[in-house]
Amino acid sequence: MALELHRRAGHQPRLTSRQEHERRQRRRSSFIAATSTFVVLVAVVVFIPRMPRWDRVKKSFFDVDQMRDSFPRLIDAFWLDVKIFAWTTPAIFIAALLIALARNSRSPALFPVRMLAAAYTDVMRGVPVILWIYLVGFGVPGLGLERPFNSPLLWGSVALGMTYSGYVAEVFRAGIDSVHESQRAAARSLGLSSTQTMRHVVLPQAIRRVVPPLLNDMVSLQKDVALVSLIGPIEILRQAGIDKAKFANFTPYVVAALIFLSVTIPLTRLTDYLWHRERRRTGGTQVAA
Amino acid sequence: MTPKVSLRGVTKSFGANTVLRDLSLDVAAGEVVSLIGASGSGKTTILRCINLLEQIDDGAVLLDGDEISAIGRDPNPVRRRVGIVFQSFNLFPHMSVTRNITLALTKVLGLDGEAAAQRATELLARFGLAEKADVYPDQLSGGQQQRVAIIRALAMQPEVLLLDEITSALDPELVGEVLDVVRELKGSGITLLIATHEMAFAREISDRVCFLHAGSVAEIGTPSEVFGAPRDERTQQFLRRVRSN
Ligand SMILES: Nc1ncnc2c1ncn2[C@@H]1O[C@H](COP(=O)(O)OP(=O)(O)OP(=O)(O)O)[C@@H](O)[C@H]1O
Ligand SMILES: [Mg+2]
Repeated sequence: MALELHRRAGHQPRLTSRQEHERRQRRRSSFIAATSTFVVLVAVVVFIPRMPRWDRVKKSFFDVDQMRDSFPRLIDAFWLDVKIFAWTTPAIFIAALLIALARNSRSPALFPVRMLAAAYTDVMRGVPVILWIYLVGFGVPGLGLERPFNSPLLWGSVALGMTYSGYVAEVFRAGIDSVHESQRAAARSLGLSSTQTMRHVVLPQAIRRVVPPLLNDMVSLQKDVALVSLIGPIEILRQAGIDKAKFANFTPYVVAALIFLSVTIPLTRLTDYLWHRERRRTGGTQVAA
Repeated sequence: MTPKVSLRGVTKSFGANTVLRDLSLDVAAGEVVSLIGASGSGKTTILRCINLLEQIDDGAVLLDGDEISAIGRDPNPVRRRVGIVFQSFNLFPHMSVTRNITLALTKVLGLDGEAAAQRATELLARFGLAEKADVYPDQLSGGQQQRVAIIRALAMQPEVLLLDEITSALDPELVGEVLDVVRELKGSGITLLIATHEMAFAREISDRVCFLHAGSVAEIGTPSEVFGAPRDERTQQFLRRVRSN
């Protein structure tokens, strides 16, 4: 029935009464959404400035001169966040993929490898990121290594990479598990080895499915990079702290937050977009209203 | 003459559930044998044991007299000679039709890309799918997908092809085009072992029909013997049940 409707609609430009109805519905929804947005905005703009302490809040959090002054320093410091992010991300993906493959190995001889990989993901995910950063970031340089191997920046990044590879490995593993057994059977029945099956049949499907959750983890990573500041490196969060102390004003924190948002929001939107596309592509039929 | 495929006293269990019991069956080279029987009687399991997708617990599976089920034997050379087509097609959704066909040609048989693509093109043309070479499986109808799956198996030029209820997942109007492919294969020298619920088709295409009951061969004979004058009481019951539907 639905198919027939669809086909008919394709041929004639005139709208059926049902399509008329749907179009009216859509217009009504947009109107309601626009009105309510407007009401909320007016409330914010009109009422917040009337709060008794608004002036003080405005001065210590939204000081325009302070913004102008701090912004270049913060952007400079943010560059370090970006660098940490850029060098940990590929390392994380490679390590995570290897861990996931180790956990998925089936040969009895590899039992110890499977055990180790499982233990690794459990331990990495079982302790707060910040603790790993303290432990590795202070602990390893404390062993008395030579420069440059005693830098907290290096070991802070390593700690970040270690924890995140635990999370990302689980994402990969879930992706690999989500590929139906019959795909393996089909590949093996054609004479492909288990390695070839993994590489050409299972992994490409698995990775495609986990792109959205992977991006999600990258958004978190992008924020958690700031934690490395707690062991020394002057990245944006620390720079904001310095500015705040110097000028006795919280505005630098607000600026830092806005800088983070300018990166994480586009990433989050992209993630959502990919989720939806993936849902559509895998035939998840959408239920009407 | 040595049978092409031979099952000798094969027993297979899944946990406590014994699915094949001391089952023996010989299939001659070039022969077409249909496996019929109630759901759960073991048709799929037999085919998977021949392709070594399942390991048997006892007995032996022989290909040209060679014991392929022997412990520790590499299954891959056997799978090159014995293809299987599944009820649910199992095409690789992330690959084009052509790539589905050429993957094993290049990775397993070691053909170069051009030779593999040519073989795919020829087979697609032969089975009326030439214009689908570059599309992805989800853009095909069920019948087309199953024909591609058959071509994918055929491209390996197997000596034996196992077909596991290849029309069960299809809308009735699509069954014919898939069965036509099988009809075309008969007599090409390939040995066909067909698990099926399509009784009319089994009768038409088979040299012999094998009725399975609870994991053993209850009756085997020519189609006219098994369908026309079944001797075994369980065969008679089964056929009555199927026909009354
Ligand atoms: N992987 C498995 N694990 C456990 N039990 C299984 C497995 N595969 C099959 N079985 C069991 O083996 C029995 C025979 O299954 P099989 O698939 O061979 O039957 P079939 O004759 O092909 O049935 P159908 O006509 O429904 O396809 C069934 O009882 C089934 O539950
Ligand atoms: Mg079956």
